[in-house]
Amino acid sequence: MEKVIEVNGLTKKFKNLVAVNNLNLNVYKGDVFGFLGPNGAGKSTTIRMLLSLISPTSGSIRIFGKSLNKHRIEILRNIGAIVEKPDFYLYMTAYKNLELLGKISGTDTSKANIMKVLELVGLKDRYNSKVKTYSHGMKQRLGLAQALLHDPDLIILDEPTTGLDPHGIKEIRDLIIYLSREKGKTIFLSSHILKEIEIIATRMIIIDKGTTKIEGSVEDLLNDHKLTVTIEVNETEKFKTFLNETQWKISFKEFEKNVAVFLLTKEEIPVLNKELVEKGFNVNSIVPKKSLEDYFLKITKGNTE
Amino acid sequence: MISLTLIELQKIFKKWRTYIGFIAIGVLVPIVQIALYFEGEDYLKFATQNLQNSFMFVGNLLNGYLIANIILQALFIHIPFLVVLVGGDLLAGEATGGTYRMLITRPISRFHIITSKFLAGAVYTNLLLLWLMILSLGVSILVFGTGPMIVLRDKVYIFAENDILWRFLMAYLFASVSLLSVFALSFFFSSMVENAIGPIVASMAVIIIFLIVSALPIEALKVIQPFLFINYMVGWREFMVDPVNLSKIIESVLILFLHVFGFYLITLILFKRKDILS
Repeated sequence: MEKVIEVNGLTKKFKNLVAVNNLNLNVYKGDVFGFLGPNGAGKSTTIRMLLSLISPTSGSIRIFGKSLNKHRIEILRNIGAIVEKPDFYLYMTAYKNLELLGKISGTDTSKANIMKVLELVGLKDRYNSKVKTYSHGMKQRLGLAQALLHDPDLIILDEPTTGLDPHGIKEIRDLIIYLSREKGKTIFLSSHILKEIEIIATRMIIIDKGTTKIEGSVEDLLNDHKLTVTIEVNETEKFKTFLNETQWKISFKEFEKNVAVFLLTKEEIPVLNKELVEKGFNVNSIVPKKSLEDYFLKITKGNTE
Repeated sequence: MISLTLIELQKIFKKWRTYIGFIAIGVLVPIVQIALYFEGEDYLKFATQNLQNSFMFVGNLLNGYLIANIILQALFIHIPFLVVLVGGDLLAGEATGGTYRMLITRPISRFHIITSKFLAGAVYTNLLLLWLMILSLGVSILVFGTGPMIVLRDKVYIFAENDILWRFLMAYLFASVSLLSVFALSFFFSSMVENAIGPIVASMAVIIIFLIVSALPIEALKVIQPFLFINYMVGWREFMVDPVNLSKIIESVLILFLHVFGFYLITLILFKRKDILS
């Protein structure tokens, strides 16, 4: 598989603070790559190094197979990015901001292209408003627009849904999925919303204290880990008897009111469901709880995101 | 580079603070002109009172050239303060607004970013000077007419009407280099911090301190006075004497250019190594 980002032994020191410590990661073409870690884990520092905003103390970054240090301009020509909160020239309109950034990038700044991107992020109607009148969510959308303006192959998004309402979050999530599946873009996504990574990402990395904790396919990593699952059935006493008589008592954790809490792998959930139905239980609900969140907390040893 | 510089100019002229300098000159110069229009004769009599007994002045001495010279003498030391309003904001403003990130993640080199901003700032500085020239010289000539120009320094110089305009043009050219050195200083300060107020205040502080140090007639300070670039900024006055001391002017221009280039170079080196954390 073609590597789009290849990071080896990346380290960044700020005087006595080691923000990123010997970090390794690989992002492949077509990946939606989830980048997770608690606050202060070194996520933003890593993203800034990927975009040459800050220079590494040691280690190497290769993007599109080329050294970032030697081919910075060529590489950046094919990257769109939002780094932390998107900031713009507040005294200019959204359209003017995009036109200006597009001209600096040497990309197509025709009205048709700018309006197409603004429509994609849902800002077409406000194209002529000064950015200082925009809400945080609108700036976030405009951030996406500037990242997409030059149709890059790699899109680096640092918390792209921060400040958006639930509709906005869904729209951005759908847009990321569209860009990945329909347009074949590679997406490097740092997010605080673990559910978002779980839904969107194909591969992910969890870092903590600047080092890699785990990296791999989201599906493999989560399947390897038992999920907390709540199951609600109609007859609690009969259900307790069922548990005592079967091997499921090993996976059973506790009752929360009338809801049974299990620790199950993804494969075990449909097996248990089938068995319950065959035994004549009415299964009212099966809810896997915070799967990635549990996993994340386990990996980062209780540090909260 | 040209297109980047034009983009930077767009950014400069979209900001309100850019116009403070133009407005300030647009207010101050007419005030001086109006005052001299009504009381110029008295001013001239007062200025030449020691000469009135020995010489007889004929012709239109209260003319546009004299007014322009008075304005330039009076305002030239203050114009740098207007220049640093923009110079100090050029880089620090990007840091404050968070737009450094947008800018540096574009496929352009940091050299191009710095150089285009520097060139745009230099254009702004010269436009401000041009505005001063139009108002002080152009409007004064229109209102007060032309005539011989009297200049009072250690001697009294009276220049014939056809011997003046070139002196003004050269003086403004020299002033351009002077103001560029102040702009370059504020640009350098601007690269070091993330808030525009700091470089603006720091540049003003340097100018004020240097002015005071260079004006104090203390023997110990005379040792350092040649190293203060402020001393060379007023070299434009050398065009208003006869004969023109060309070697002194060339020396001043070279020293000022050295400062302009030096500040630019240090800014470039610092910026190329700078970690963008804003």
